[in-house]
Amino acid sequence: MYRIVTKRVLNPTVTMMDIDAPLVARKAEAGQFIILRVDEDGERIPLTVAGYDREKGTVRIIFQVVGGTTMRLNDKQEGEYIQDFVGPLGCPTKTDGVKKVCIVGGGVGCAIALPVAQKFHSLGCEVHSIVGFRNKDLVILEDEFKECSDKFTMMTDDGSYGRQGVVTVPLKEAIDAGEAYDKVIAIGPVIMMKFVVATTKPYGVPTDVSMNPIMIDGTGMCGGCRLTVGGKTKFACVDGPDFDGFEVDFDEAMARGSMYAEFEKGERESYCNLFKKEVQ
Amino acid sequence: MAINPKKHEMPVQAPEVRAHNFSEVALGYTEEVAVAEAQRCLNCKNKPCISGCPVNISIPDFIGRIKEKDFEGAYQIISASSSLPAVCGRVCPQETQCESKCTLGIKFEPVGIGRLERFVADRHNETFKGEPVIPESNGHKVAVIGSGPSGLTCAGDLAKKGYKVTVFEALHLAGGVLVYGIPEFRLPKSIVQKEVDTLKKYGVDVETNIVIGKTLTVDELFGMGYEAVFIGSGAGLPRFMGIPGESLKGVYSANEFLTRSNLMKAYKGDSRTPIMHAKRVAVVGGGNVAMDAARTALRLGAEKVYIVYRRSMAEIPARSEEVEHAKEEGIDFQILRNPVEILGYNNPDNRRDPMNGFVTGIKVIKCELGEPDERGRRRPVEVPGSEYVIDVDCVIMAIGTSPNPLIKNTTQGLEVNRHGGIIVEEATGLTSKEAVYAGGDAVTGAATVILAMGAGKTAAKAIDEYIQSK
Repeated sequence: MYRIVTKRVLNPTVTMMDIDAPLVARKAEAGQFIILRVDEDGERIPLTVAGYDREKGTVRIIFQVVGGTTMRLNDKQEGEYIQDFVGPLGCPTKTDGVKKVCIVGGGVGCAIALPVAQKFHSLGCEVHSIVGFRNKDLVILEDEFKECSDKFTMMTDDGSYGRQGVVTVPLKEAIDAGEAYDKVIAIGPVIMMKFVVATTKPYGVPTDVSMNPIMIDGTGMCGGCRLTVGGKTKFACVDGPDFDGFEVDFDEAMARGSMYAEFEKGERESYCNLFKKEVQ
Repeated sequence: MAINPKKHEMPVQAPEVRAHNFSEVALGYTEEVAVAEAQRCLNCKNKPCISGCPVNISIPDFIGRIKEKDFEGAYQIISASSSLPAVCGRVCPQETQCESKCTLGIKFEPVGIGRLERFVADRHNETFKGEPVIPESNGHKVAVIGSGPSGLTCAGDLAKKGYKVTVFEALHLAGGVLVYGIPEFRLPKSIVQKEVDTLKKYGVDVETNIVIGKTLTVDELFGMGYEAVFIGSGAGLPRFMGIPGESLKGVYSANEFLTRSNLMKAYKGDSRTPIMHAKRVAVVGGGNVAMDAARTALRLGAEKVYIVYRRSMAEIPARSEEVEHAKEEGIDFQILRNPVEILGYNNPDNRRDPMNGFVTGIKVIKCELGEPDERGRRRPVEVPGSEYVIDVDCVIMAIGTSPNPLIKNTTQGLEVNRHGGIIVEEATGLTSKEAVYAGGDAVTGAATVILAMGAGKTAAKAIDEYIQSK
């Protein structure tokens, strides 16, 4: 059992937790992920590491409440326990040879993009961050991003905060203006990463993306997380989760991600109905 | 007294009943039948059956005890050689091991050794109330990586010698392939749990949620005071064929399909783990894993399940009992067929059609058997122009695995062969790294439970000798 040391609501659908898991905290690096089960008989879900404190022995997770499992996780309070917490899994984000980087984060993906930005910042790289949200109410981690970024751009779809528009607009402007990035790292919805790659590819700016497919064991055993990268089958859990964005088949990844959409809908509804009964 | 030429039948659930439930297929011998079957044993002088057993159980001795109705005595004899009798009695391929050597088998059907082993183990589990005798600690610590059959065997043997053993398991539950792979109807999970609990009584610690190669490395284990390490991490990454359509929705590896059903309990209706309840399923492959996947799909509600296998029934690698059970349950064997493409739905008029990207069929090509390959099995040769489509909504790939790189990549000095299997000395299980031993599928690639147990046993003996001689 793993204790929830702190819990903070970042916006109405996004929650942050620090979990007491010293062995994971000791090894975790930006870009890696963990797998957790909220309770006995729960499903195993992967969440990318949003931070860690090696001394306190805690690992930070930030999650969006989207389905039955994240609803159950969100109902847990500080001091309570979750059943299983295993990691760190996958490969850390590659930082070799990068002097100037642009980090592009979308929505809750910003939670994962932040430790990557912090890592590059701590290595002395010039870090430009572009973050995008649907609207002002959903903005998370703005101050933290500003702290580790040499340049920071906030975008919202509806213009309620920062600039109006999608993240690829300022990215293209920056490249056109002559910003010579050694690497662009995109972390967010698959569709956003696809368009970031479509933006950078004509310029030949190397672009890594962090993939988050459906997964069970996280150690290479099940193959559920497979992606087509450069025409070859790769497993996000052991080969990734970061991949060369120019090589990833995003359309296939999006299609595979919706395999259990109907089931998830049912889970969400049944959990909500359960909740309704409890409050009556 | 004339010898009954045939083994006593194993009572089973009727095929039309069991095809719709996850309860165990084979029901086990009664006491009377077990004693009668034991009496078929000739107690011959050479005891060839023992040499057919990878862990060399004293088979005629335990059968002798059954004849005398000393069932606990029989259990103790098996238990001296095997850590997991109730498991082996169910999943060992006895027909190619002990029973294939049985003297009675020269003229008649061999003694039903596996069925007797199962009877003895089940009887012990039902009736034995005592506590195991825990040996005095010898003060030495050994780490075991993986809680599948090789790891549990190695841990059990060392614990019985007084070692303090810690088993590290990556998943949330101990048992390895016995819990994530082999289905409930062939090996009830309560039996695996019981075997794990017995090991814990011997003082074995089981640490779940620890991935060696990630959470901790082999080298760190030595730093933590473990004097030897056994790697029994299993087979690893599922293989795919590399044909078009393998990423469509509804294509699973057998590992994923079985893990969802078994470990994650999707076989229970109220599980929170999603699994496809397909109506028509094709399972590609001919091993035990393929049979398990096909029969699981049937029990999850499929109306039609095909096995697509590229050689003939004579070459099929699954246990004959599993093949027979599958046939009785109505699994359709499409033999001498090789998949060339998986077809998917695509509505050109509606990009948002929820059925887009789901499997609609598998295109296969007919094969003939050609010259034998390097392993002596006749190679399938495709017949040009013989392709046809089988309509299915789910395809399960059960064509084997390739080794997991996690431990190899993080352990200095650990050598692997060109297939990625860890290289060991056969007689000891010692790897290229001092004090590191390995066994089971991590060494051999996908094989059987009993071979893994044999390897765990060999390594336990070698680890004991190594530590005692230090």
